[in-house]
Amino acid sequence: MRLLPNVILLLVLLALWESLHLAVGPSAMASPWATAARLASLLAQADTWRHIGATASAFAWSLLLACVGGVALGMLLGLNAMAGNVAEPILMNLYALPKVTLYPLVLLCFGLGLGSKVAFGVMHGLIPILLFTMNALRHLPPVYMRSARSLRLAPWQTAWHILLPAIAGEVLAGIRLGFALTLLGVLIGEMFASQKGLGYLAMTAMGAGDIATLLAIALLLTCFAVTGNALLLRVGRHLEHP
Amino acid sequence: MSRALPLSDLVRMQAARRPEPVHVELAQVTRRFTHPATGEPFQALGPIDLALVKGEFFSIVGPSGCGKSTLLDLLSGLGKPSSGRVLFEGKPVNGVPEGVGVVFQENAAFPWLCVRDNIAFGLRRAGVEAAEVQRRVDYALGFMGLRDFAKAYPAQLSGGMRQRVCIARTLVTQPRLILLDEPFGALDQQTRLLMGDELLKLWRETGATVLLITHALDEAAMLSGRVGVMSTRPGLFIDFVDTGWPADRDSRVVSTPRFGEITARLWEKLRVETLKIMGGAH
Ligand SMILES: Nc1ncnc2c1ncn2[C@@H]1O[C@H](COP(=O)(O)OP(=O)(O)O)[C@@H](O)[C@H]1O
Ligand SMILES: [Mg+2]
Repeated sequence: MRLLPNVILLLVLLALWESLHLAVGPSAMASPWATAARLASLLAQADTWRHIGATASAFAWSLLLACVGGVALGMLLGLNAMAGNVAEPILMNLYALPKVTLYPLVLLCFGLGLGSKVAFGVMHGLIPILLFTMNALRHLPPVYMRSARSLRLAPWQTAWHILLPAIAGEVLAGIRLGFALTLLGVLIGEMFASQKGLGYLAMTAMGAGDIATLLAIALLLTCFAVTGNALLLRVGRHLEHP
Repeated sequence: MSRALPLSDLVRMQAARRPEPVHVELAQVTRRFTHPATGEPFQALGPIDLALVKGEFFSIVGPSGCGKSTLLDLLSGLGKPSSGRVLFEGKPVNGVPEGVGVVFQENAAFPWLCVRDNIAFGLRRAGVEAAEVQRRVDYALGFMGLRDFAKAYPAQLSGGMRQRVCIARTLVTQPRLILLDEPFGALDQQTRLLMGDELLKLWRETGATVLLITHALDEAAMLSGRVGVMSTRPGLFIDFVDTGWPADRDSRVVSTPRFGEITARLWEKLRVETLKIMGGAH
């Protein structure tokens, strides 16, 4: 089973965390047990759930937009060789850009609140999904398109019944990457310009020197990200071996 | 009919076939490309005149790069000629016409669909009624010896099996013209001979006009009613060989003297062309 390595990995991480805690002291690093206890007490408060709700809705919107936009734009650019060749270096540069520098601009456009958070999440998540989709299409065996034409498929049938299933695995890999990056984007957005959300909560905890709360939030987010990743991996494996 | 026919009978059969209606016609067809490296335009094919009679089994052999696949693209409407006319059933070809089926050299089975869904693919997209799809797919599964693999995925099949799936996918659309571009190129010799028999069976059963592109002279000699030999680039027909096989032939014709004669004649023409490509010193 694949369970055992995971359990061992978890134990090793816990041991490292505990030793770090012992080495630097509780004011810099709360122990795993203190963190878990803090998380439990946080989750017992209704207020925490309001913040979780705010982050969750911003994240859900961001991921949806990043996926739909990334796949749609990726398909357009992947199918049009010239547009793809022009767009690729631009996208690469955009992607490499530290996006935090653009945050003031995003705030000006979308104002404080959900809009900015979503925009920031999408900015992080869309480009990898777009690039994965585009490259999957570029490396598509030409015989698929020739088959589509020889079977006299309408353009939408080709897109839906051939292109999408043919690239599904790679698109999903892009979405896995986009998932983590979108979450990151939303959290950074919340840290800088929001009165709600887990990012905001973490920022206030940091200001107050409340290490246990900070780590508790990090733990919660890690659990969420790991679960999301595992689910997407699972879907991907199902696609490969239907 | 499986005994060797006397030559006079063969001649009469040929003569009797002549008045059959022309199914596909190419008139003064050429295709030019630009060279990907130098950007220079060059003529890849033609000018070609060719008429296929309805229901005939015609094969094309020629050195690689002579424009066989290009010719098939023009016939199927997947490509456009630079000049000349391509007619299918009397109408100019513009896009893939209804009634034309293509089998490609590459493995074109969709890996995300099981064998049954692969074969049903074209029919479902065309909106054929579910019961009819089922009926035709069941028939094709049996005909192509794929019944036990209906639920398997292409990755679980051998190369020969996958090519059968592709042939079946084309077959169920009931094409009146079947174009095959080196469909058995990736298969071993024994499998190729057996697949050839399947193809003959399919041809007899459907009455379709078949155009087979192959690099294997024996395949062309054994399967076809007529073989066209193409020259090196720009591809032109330099010879047509009537094999005169009866309609109920199968791979056993390879043991007849006639088979040897046909293959020898094909090779004689092709040898010269192949030598030209290889630098042709001798
Ligand atoms: N799209 C294309 N652009 C440029 N050259 C091409 C293109 N398609 C084919 N050719 C060239 O045309 C010639 C004939 O190709 P092809 O029809 O594939 O040959 P064959 O199938 O007989 O091996 C080759 O020299 C090939 O490189
Ligand atoms: Mg070819």
